[in-house]
Amino acid sequence: MNQLTIAIIFYIFAAVTVLSAAFVVFSKNIIYSAFSLLFTFFGVAALYVFLSADFIAVTQVVVYVGGILVLLLFGVMFTNTIMQTELKADVLHVVPGTLLLLLLIGGMLFTFYTTGSWMPGQEQLNGSVVESIGLETMSRYMLPFEMVSIVLLVALIGAAFLARYDKAHKKEH
Amino acid sequence: MLMEQLLSIGVNHFLTISAILFSLGMFAVMTRKNAIVVLMGVELILNAANINFLTFSKYNGGMEGVMFSLFVIVLAAAEAAIALAIVINIFKTFKTVDVSSVDTMKE
Repeated sequence: MNQLTIAIIFYIFAAVTVLSAAFVVFSKNIIYSAFSLLFTFFGVAALYVFLSADFIAVTQVVVYVGGILVLLLFGVMFTNTIMQTELKADVLHVVPGTLLLLLLIGGMLFTFYTTGSWMPGQEQLNGSVVESIGLETMSRYMLPFEMVSIVLLVALIGAAFLARYDKAHKKEH
Repeated sequence: MLMEQLLSIGVNHFLTISAILFSLGMFAVMTRKNAIVVLMGVELILNAANINFLTFSKYNGGMEGVMFSLFVIVLAAAEAAIALAIVINIFKTFKTVDVSSVDTMKE
């Protein structure tokens, strides 16, 4: 593929990511937000492929789209009453929020583009990283890997404990 | 010159997308009242951080960013599970998920 094709594909995925993320934030309907988040996650996964991190892209699709998004949708369905008639203002601090948004984007972009060219290192990652991920996980990152697995286990047990139906509590009333 | 810069995808392109995602997530966390949309904002922020990790990992040739982005994904999953359990408990107690009206520690 030549450079132009790659650039066009990149800009398509970048546009999908940014526009759907904006829709997540600015949409009034939470269900629309949740489904728009799907496109954001897919767009970010495509950007990971551009960064030659194919394994991370697949993990992103499996974990975020298959797990976190389903959890979020479940939360949306569970906590929204079907007939929501009250039309309260859904936002607060809009003016400071907008100011912060513009300041953050402006400040960061200004810094990025005035720092000159970020050092492109001597070597870059090329091709697939799956093999190196396996090697690193079993050598340098053994301890963090085990720790993160225990953290995930404890967090999931805690979540199941917090969200379960509380029978003993119900009996007291 | 500008056309050339736009066509050769480099560090700045990814950093720009990540900055926009981070700011949008920050905006959602600051302004939305619904707790679930606040969670979505946090997910956007984590994704922006991941893009940065992978960008600097690719253009520096090391594996550190790739490994840490994996850990970030795992922690995001744990965070989403816990936060939704808390949100469901808040809904059970207060019958709302409006974060600005939940201001007591007991029902």
